[in-house]
Amino acid sequence: MSTATSNSAVLEGRSGITARLSDLFWRRPNLLLILMLSPPLLWLGIIYIGSLLSLLAQSFFSIDEFSGLIVYEFTLSTYKQLLLASNFDIILRTVAMATLVTVASAIIAFPIAYYAARYAHGKWKALFYLGVMLPLWSSYLVKIYAWKLILAKEGILTWGFEQLHLTWLLEGILSLPVIGGNSLSVSYLGTFIVFVYIWLPYMILPTQAALERVPSNLIEAAGDLGATPNQTFRTVLLPLALPGVIAGSIFTFSLTLGDYIIPQIIGSSRLFIGQAVYTQQGTAGNVPLAAAFSVVPILIMAVYLWAAKKKGAFDAL
Amino acid sequence: MTPAVEFIHTSRHFGAVRAVDDVNLAVKPGEFFAMLGPSGSGKTTCLRLIAGFEQPTGGEIKIFGEPAGGVPPYRRNVNTVFQDYALFPHMSILDNVAYGLMVKGVDRQTRYREAEKALELVKLPGYGSRKPGQLSGGQRQRVALARALVNKPRVLLLDEPLGALDLKLREQMQEELKTLQRSLGITFIFVTHDQGEALSMADRVAVFNNGKIVQAGTPEEIYKRPQSRFVADFVGSSNVISPEAMQRMGGKAEWASLRPEAIRLVAEGGVPAQTLVSNFLGSTTRLSVEAEGVRLHVMLPAGERVPEPGETVRLGWNPADVHYMDGAA
Repeated sequence: MSTATSNSAVLEGRSGITARLSDLFWRRPNLLLILMLSPPLLWLGIIYIGSLLSLLAQSFFSIDEFSGLIVYEFTLSTYKQLLLASNFDIILRTVAMATLVTVASAIIAFPIAYYAARYAHGKWKALFYLGVMLPLWSSYLVKIYAWKLILAKEGILTWGFEQLHLTWLLEGILSLPVIGGNSLSVSYLGTFIVFVYIWLPYMILPTQAALERVPSNLIEAAGDLGATPNQTFRTVLLPLALPGVIAGSIFTFSLTLGDYIIPQIIGSSRLFIGQAVYTQQGTAGNVPLAAAFSVVPILIMAVYLWAAKKKGAFDAL
Repeated sequence: MTPAVEFIHTSRHFGAVRAVDDVNLAVKPGEFFAMLGPSGSGKTTCLRLIAGFEQPTGGEIKIFGEPAGGVPPYRRNVNTVFQDYALFPHMSILDNVAYGLMVKGVDRQTRYREAEKALELVKLPGYGSRKPGQLSGGQRQRVALARALVNKPRVLLLDEPLGALDLKLREQMQEELKTLQRSLGITFIFVTHDQGEALSMADRVAVFNNGKIVQAGTPEEIYKRPQSRFVADFVGSSNVISPEAMQRMGGKAEWASLRPEAIRLVAEGGVPAQTLVSNFLGSTTRLSVEAEGVRLHVMLPAGERVPEPGETVRLGWNPADVHYMDGAA
């Protein structure tokens, strides 16, 4: 009788190294797990966390103003420099921009996500995903330069306003203090518009995922119990979708905090944290100050993530 | 008397699908009414039409005489107990129950007091501070009931409310629902695919098939005098006999139903049959036999001798117990 039709309760083991490995991994599932996880964990642990820690260490050193060399002695003087008006302005400016971008993204993303989660089916849903993801597949730099052209003084937007005889409106907006400027491409407003455009998909997708998980019968139940659509939105839909919005805001907020390319290409010449880090460690050669600057978004994000975790935002990721 | 809920030639078509097709129905105030039918028969759509989640594509619905066309769910004094309860997961039990009063602007103290009373009514006092996720299926079901009843609706709709419960809990809830309905006097409309549930709880039953009501009546009428083969088949426990077999057994050449408990084993005469299998059910034994090519169920009272499989028996019944009906399946 051949083994294939064997009648015994336990079949004979197959021969060969792969078969024996299969048996081994079956008996010791943890071994397979260790083999699969250790390379990425080593990569993350050494390359990523390690370099982050060495950066943090740098922030506790200082620079000798006379020689321009780094003094390897523990000091908090670099952090004191952060509180100088010129540096602290950079931090405030960046945090304010990140906050505004996040709020605007959430407001724009919600209806889009709501439509996709509740109404879009079949090919409309596919079209939604394509529409949201497509910008993510093209080069970040190309998109920003495209926006520079759109927002420039000679750009299509100015032209469009002209055609609609709304030049006075554009000029009115540009003449506003702080957010205005010579043209949209050199104003805070322009920076803001491009930030919102670039990070919007990161807000739409988690919001949509959260909305999709709100069972439609909860919406019906609220209406059944006498809630108007407005009340249903405030008491049922929004609270249940909030973790998704917060998850999205982690992306929009942290990405804006750390970005140094958008404000460099589009906006006034005033610095954001990312640019400050870039110039301090590059042209200025002040690595400790650059490190201290990069600690700021890390700290802000740590507090933000802690608060978001309490709200249950990570269930929606 | 104005019916609590009235369907007047009501239809709800989804494209070519006639979910509800020209239904006429009048539910009396204070009645416990069951809508019974297989899935896709239109019973749930009927419920959703009453609740206002769907609008009829033809005909009209009146609730206590008032036309309900174009009235949104939140302006109907009708509440629903959903199939999977639909409790708000982010709110405490007390806030869930008080929700209907909250959105109507009742002050906090009053609505919590009313909610607490409603929780007592469903035998869950003191559960208010928990979250829905911390309750068992049976408890969630009671919360859903309290959440609907706290609004003092004129009609309570129940969509397969006991479907997710285990047998023992289901039987207990059946009794409780019935008692509750009696004491509150609210019209209950109950959707189920479980004929036992419908027959045991309801004052009246409407049997649905393909978007139409095929028979409406008291549970006894539905059980004893099914109007068509479909009803007899769906309500289930009755023997359905084809015209040919009925003729060979000495009856009329028409579709007939014969209740298992109406058949007796007789010593001589009657219809000869072959015993197939017996199922012991406690107070009775259900015997499956084959007679004239038809499989029949016979209920034997406890204490009677149960024939062995393969044994030939003779079946007798009172001709008045044979119920002739329409052959539409």
